[in-house]
Amino acid sequence: MADGNGRTSLKEAVSGLGDHLRGSQVWTSIFRPGSPMRADGGDSPRNRAYVVMNNVLYHLHPVKVKRHGVKLSYTLCLGGLSFFLFILLTITGIFLMFYYRPTSPQAYFDIQALATDVAFGQLVRNMHRWGAHVMVLTVFLHMSRVFYHGAYKPPREFNWVVGIILLVLTLLLSFTGYLLPWDQLALWAVTVGTNMGGYAPVFGGQVSFALIGGVQITADTLLRWYTLHVLFLPFIITIFMAVHFWRVRKDGGISGPL
Amino acid sequence: MAELPEHLQKRAAEARAKATGVPAAAPASAAAAPAVAAGGPGRDLDAESSRYGVPKSLLERAMYARARKDGVAVPVLVGAGVASGQAPAAAPAAAAATPAASGPPPGVRTQRLLTVVKAGAIQGTTKEPADKVNVWPHLLAIEFVALLAMLAFLTLLSAFVDAPLLEFANFNEQPNPSKAPWYFLGLQELLAYFDPMVAGILIPTFGMIALAVVPYVDRNPSTRPTDRKLAITIFTVFFVGAAVLTIFGSFFRGPGFNFTFPWRDGIFFDDLLTILE
Repeated sequence: MADGNGRTSLKEAVSGLGDHLRGSQVWTSIFRPGSPMRADGGDSPRNRAYVVMNNVLYHLHPVKVKRHGVKLSYTLCLGGLSFFLFILLTITGIFLMFYYRPTSPQAYFDIQALATDVAFGQLVRNMHRWGAHVMVLTVFLHMSRVFYHGAYKPPREFNWVVGIILLVLTLLLSFTGYLLPWDQLALWAVTVGTNMGGYAPVFGGQVSFALIGGVQITADTLLRWYTLHVLFLPFIITIFMAVHFWRVRKDGGISGPL
Repeated sequence: MAELPEHLQKRAAEARAKATGVPAAAPASAAAAPAVAAGGPGRDLDAESSRYGVPKSLLERAMYARARKDGVAVPVLVGAGVASGQAPAAAPAAAAATPAASGPPPGVRTQRLLTVVKAGAIQGTTKEPADKVNVWPHLLAIEFVALLAMLAFLTLLSAFVDAPLLEFANFNEQPNPSKAPWYFLGLQELLAYFDPMVAGILIPTFGMIALAVVPYVDRNPSTRPTDRKLAITIFTVFFVGAAVLTIFGSFFRGPGFNFTFPWRDGIFFDDLLTILE
């Protein structure tokens, strides 16, 4: 450690501190063996496997995938992007929840205040709205990609069904969020959408009543859809996503090649 | 040996006698005593097997081999019976006393070499080892870049285009046209042609059910596009149909949900309007 003078240079002291830190119990308890963050985490085939295996990531990915699966042109990352958008929408959504009250007329004013009173409020709201639109697109395109690859064939039949449920839940999440700004666009788009529910055979009236919490859209509908949007539907979709991802791995990983 | 009911033993003995042409003498237990008397000292393979820990079948085979080599008679077996079904438990002692030189003694199976099978793995592999790459770093790097690209796209879009916010919700003033969110505009477009129950309930419900049962209806195991012309055609019709209806409902429907040209009368689609302005 000593240079020519018999003293420790600053550079050596700093690097020694880094080594000490990375060898400490706290550090090694956080980063499991194989992690590039560890002192012994150099690049080797064994450590490449450990990065995935010794990580919560192992729930999503195996250690190795078929070579064609990492080609961008095969999946276009659509499933992964849908999941990323869900996470992004959760984060931006929680941010918006801090400033939003699901009552009339506060809901509308809170949305207005996002643009004027809240730091980055308008940006986060924009990301939430555009992200939701993009997610509907990516989920639908992901389904189409899976169909064109025939990836729903045995043993993946049931995971396709789970995927259809996820598509419906995505649409419902987007639709329930549509009402929340409580402006003319929200009110009448939801009116048009929920009017269709009233035409359901036999129990159409009841469906419509349960859906909007009354005979017509009111502030009660706002509270109801808010709860559906921020709690109920995310809870349900998370369960189905867990099953979906687990089945992707259990059914033999990515499909193909063609 | 498991205890067999007497009537079954009797029937087996009769069948065996018919097959071998030797009359059945008596049940096994009764036949054992004269057999010992005729063949000299008997061997109890069951007892030896348990005493030495050697499988009975091996003891039996060794016994016959030794008898053939030395040219002496096979010792008579005592005990519950003789191992294989072919060995005549109830056979007369004469059969056991026959010299081995004239052919294989009873109970010995001769074998011929038919073919030589090459040595291979004990467990058969059904598929070729796939060409695989490590998830870290190859797949995770791509996913991370895709994630960053999407984040950058959304951040830029959000920085320059504000989400629409119209006037406060007013129950007494319906905007004209009133449109559902864009992903439902295909259905709203169908409302222009069909009864609300058909367009709003039956078509979307059966559409989703039809999608869900696709894997159970499509029994074709191939994933090659050339083998799946019908499936691909049907799905493409569905895909293009949904896209056309959605685009039509979004851009070509104006006040009163009547037909319009977007380049003549403007766009009646609020979310997109804010992006274009």
